[in-house]
Amino acid sequence: MKEKDIIKARDLDFFYGRAQALRHVTAAIPAGRVTALIGPSGCGKSTFLRTLNRMSDLVEGTRVEGSLTFHGEEVFSPNVDVTELRRRVGMVFQKPNPFPMSIYDNVAYGPRTHGRWNRAALDDIVERSLRAAAIWDEVKDCLKKDALGLSGGQQQRVCIARALAVKPEVLLMDEATSALDPISTARIEDLILELREHYTIVMVTHNMQQALRVSDKTAFFLLGELVEIGDTETLFSMPRDKRTEDYITGRFG
Amino acid sequence: MAKGRRRRAWNLLAAALPRLGALVTVGLLAFVAGYVLWRGLPGLSWALLTQEESVLHGQVGIAPCILNTVYVIAVSLAAALPLGVGAAVYLTEYAPRRRLAAAVEFAAETLSGLPSILYAMVGSILFCTVLGLQKSLLAGSLTLAIMTLPTVIRATQESLKTVPRSYREGALGLGAGKWRTVRTVVLPSSVRGIAAGCILAAGRVVGESAVLLYTAGLSTAMQDFSSLSGLVKASGSTLTVALYVYAKERSDFTTAFAVATVLLFLTVLLNLTAGAVGRRR
Repeated sequence: MKEKDIIKARDLDFFYGRAQALRHVTAAIPAGRVTALIGPSGCGKSTFLRTLNRMSDLVEGTRVEGSLTFHGEEVFSPNVDVTELRRRVGMVFQKPNPFPMSIYDNVAYGPRTHGRWNRAALDDIVERSLRAAAIWDEVKDCLKKDALGLSGGQQQRVCIARALAVKPEVLLMDEATSALDPISTARIEDLILELREHYTIVMVTHNMQQALRVSDKTAFFLLGELVEIGDTETLFSMPRDKRTEDYITGRFG
Repeated sequence: MAKGRRRRAWNLLAAALPRLGALVTVGLLAFVAGYVLWRGLPGLSWALLTQEESVLHGQVGIAPCILNTVYVIAVSLAAALPLGVGAAVYLTEYAPRRRLAAAVEFAAETLSGLPSILYAMVGSILFCTVLGLQKSLLAGSLTLAIMTLPTVIRATQESLKTVPRSYREGALGLGAGKWRTVRTVVLPSSVRGIAAGCILAAGRVVGESAVLLYTAGLSTAMQDFSSLSGLVKASGSTLTVALYVYAKERSDFTTAFAVATVLLFLTVLLNLTAGAVGRRR
């Protein structure tokens, strides 16, 4: 069974003003799989992740050259409806960022934004999303509670539920567990493996063990360049590029 | 030996001077407030606060002035709030170029530093004469709205800036547009700061006298607030102007000091409320 690649980058260059953050990145993200982006700080992996749903637009003075397509359509074309793109390609951030509202309102925020107002339908979506994020049992009796009153790990799972509530195809995770304790991290890693069936996940991680545990495909970035991309086990056991080998064995980074 | 003692003496003096400064400041405040209360409390009565003035019945009442003050606070805030919050939202969330935003901010800051007598003149020419409102509370309120605009803008801006960037990113990442993000996530989080700014603006309005003297009129009679035309035409003195009228024009110092006492209480109340509202988080 050939995997379909739903996101393709070809010779993608990205500039913050005059500084070039991504150089000739060519990569394919397969559907229904977990792809990890690894590399030392400042290598461009987060920048690349943010181009996938155009969150990079939030910074002034950025420029893109080359091609980045989602289902064959150019992501950076001026005709693209960015809000719809961001619905289909959702994001979970490094530091859990629930809104200062109830858990229910947090998860319902996305659907309400996209026009769903029916109370019964929203109840259903909220329950479904919280279940998918493996946190329904913990919060089902206190959905009206302020989301900021939850622990870090719980907040992050609510954020994941919030992202899932709009039924995205792709979930981007920008070091989503690096601010959490080991137990919460483990729970979210399990969650990622569960979500894998139904979503395409692209995750940035500093933690190579995490990439090994959780991902199917790994991409190694260095100084804005995509050095190597391939099957996770292969990349970690028999890296093709010396720089990859140096990074994996801890010689730098 | 002598050096050690001199240093100790110097330290004592250096510690004593700020303390003295603080004492003098508090003392002055206590003196002013105390004097006002001493002269004003005897003249203060429930009758004074709820009656209107009547030469026929030989009674003095400042109820009309209290109502006029409420009118001016309400109308000036109603005008300043949407403009001020709108400007602040534009400056913080939308301004595409730093240069434009800086220019608008500079204009707002300069506006807030202008002497109030200038507003009085401009207000009286613009609202009373050119726009035909004549001497009225409405003209006074609109002038005050312009005067308090910078306060509202600044308070709103500060409040918006304390909303963490991560909230905006979270909303935008879910596919919300910019206005929706501002309306549903950023503004609700800033309501407290905006409210505190409004109360501070109200405090400025209460304390303003020069502007109202020129634009709103001196009457201490009860105004007709029952109809729309009555509201537009109403012209009278607020508490601060009434103080001037009673003291200067009628030499009724008892009532003047009573009004001063009411103003004192009102100002303290507004400041305390602004502090409490802004702080509770």
